[in-house]
Amino acid sequence: MPASAIANAITAPNLPRIFRKETRYEFLKLLRTKSFSLATIGFPLMFYVLFGIANRNAYAGTVHIAKYMLCGYACFGLIGAALFGIGVGVAFEISAGWLELKRASPMPVAAYLFAKCASAAAFGLVIVVLLTIIGIAFGDVHIATSEFAKMLAMTVIGSISFASMGLLLALLVPSNAAAGIVNLIYLPMSFLSGLWMPIRFMPHWLQSFAPALPTYHLAQLMLSIFHYNDTISLATHWNALIGFTLLMLGSSWLVFHNKEQNA
Amino acid sequence: MPLAAIAYETEPIADKAHARAQAEPVASLTSITKRYAANTALDAINLTLRPGEIVALLGPNGAGKSTAIKLLLGLIGPTSGTVRIFGSDPREASTRTRVGAMLQVSRVTETLRVREHLDLFRSYYPHPLPVAAILDIAQLHGIEDKLFGQLSGGQKQRALFALAICGNPDLVFLDEPTVGLDIEARRALWQQIRNLAAQGKTVLLTTHYLEEADALADRVIVLHKGHVIREGTPADIKRNSGGRTIRCRTTLSRELLQAMPTVTSVTCQQDSVCVIASDAEAVVREMLLLDASLSNLEIAIPALEDAFLALTSS
Repeated sequence: MPASAIANAITAPNLPRIFRKETRYEFLKLLRTKSFSLATIGFPLMFYVLFGIANRNAYAGTVHIAKYMLCGYACFGLIGAALFGIGVGVAFEISAGWLELKRASPMPVAAYLFAKCASAAAFGLVIVVLLTIIGIAFGDVHIATSEFAKMLAMTVIGSISFASMGLLLALLVPSNAAAGIVNLIYLPMSFLSGLWMPIRFMPHWLQSFAPALPTYHLAQLMLSIFHYNDTISLATHWNALIGFTLLMLGSSWLVFHNKEQNA
Repeated sequence: MPLAAIAYETEPIADKAHARAQAEPVASLTSITKRYAANTALDAINLTLRPGEIVALLGPNGAGKSTAIKLLLGLIGPTSGTVRIFGSDPREASTRTRVGAMLQVSRVTETLRVREHLDLFRSYYPHPLPVAAILDIAQLHGIEDKLFGQLSGGQKQRALFALAICGNPDLVFLDEPTVGLDIEARRALWQQIRNLAAQGKTVLLTTHYLEEADALADRVIVLHKGHVIREGTPADIKRNSGGRTIRCRTTLSRELLQAMPTVTSVTCQQDSVCVIASDAEAVVREMLLLDASLSNLEIAIPALEDAFLALTSS
């Protein structure tokens, strides 16, 4: 059929433009969804003001508690944006049939995943920037420009890592239960990893549980920027975070293909 | 049945259909079976779409209509059989740029404006329609800057229709396109669907409104429990299922009418009687002979709805 041959020859989608638009509209969507944007940005800021700024004159040895907790709430915030933005967001789009409509269109699946991930990272960056401003302005926190840059880089890495967990949850959890289940995982995991208060203030038996959690390794990597990390080597934390991410992505891939087979 | 009586309505369609039969199929399902765990959604069905035709897929809930559309869109794979769109796999990106789809979506991203949704979907296609043209076709002027969540049910349907056609596709799938539309909007959308076909595009639609299939489709495919039980023009379907309806005032008894050749049913309504017979002419001739006072005679092809019920009620 000559018509189709011609059509195929001129079918060269403008990929960068699709990725850009997909990301822009995903971010706009999240920003306009007040239940998401207010909660994911508001809670870490509120907690940091209540528990971090209140400790602006507190030191544990050489550790400035307000600065230590800046790292904790940075992780808490970026993980929340990734788990709610992707876990709840994608679960909803699957159940509503919206993802199916997008998959029926010529949208590249990579553009969809990239947009989700980039938007979660953008929210993470907004949260970390706001937390840092609050810390510097009210918490007596001093941060070098290079340290701040490392924090932002770590935010992007953490967002990608927990976006992969969000994706797996979205594929496994029914949309009407997604927000509840994400909270059930997110809140205890954050607490047990010392994101809300320094882990050294927690009972010993709880402390020993922390290295089993991916959130703990992300927090230690963030803390390492200020040399506040624990005695476990950084290589171990990196390996744990990367291993966790690959496990989540691999499981998502398996679940997705299993669903497609049975669809 | 004398063929001359119905020739006026079948001949032009038959010519068109003949011309299409020569053309390469746009899309096809070949001996497709689709099983889910225990139940069989589609059982060895064949379906072919030819350029420029509007085909309506009819059937009760669970007949396999949505499964057929999802297979054609490459959203699911068949248990056995072959799916071909423009001669290639429906999952290929180059195929998808020539296809548009309107599926039943329970909730669309509500915090994006109509214009933003269109902008995004247009970017997926190499040669999309201009925004103004899309707004014209889907009648979205004046609401293009509204958030999707602020639209009424009918406006949402029109916006989804806009997303289906924004890429200027050659093949359009419309799953229940006019659900929630008022009569005026429904007729306007029908006109747009006819315009698509007039431009040489192929349309496959599923609908619960038999009136819609009757008004739009060149060909109707009736699906029931995963089988194609009837295929033809709306007129064929009506004619071949249950014959025609004879309505009149008569003094003839119900038993006598029931005993006439080819009569399948006799019902009385107020002072008139309604007889369904496949050889209507013979029955009417006999009735006129037996009852000189027979009045208010009407002979009608049953509504597609009745034909459809007759086909699927087995």
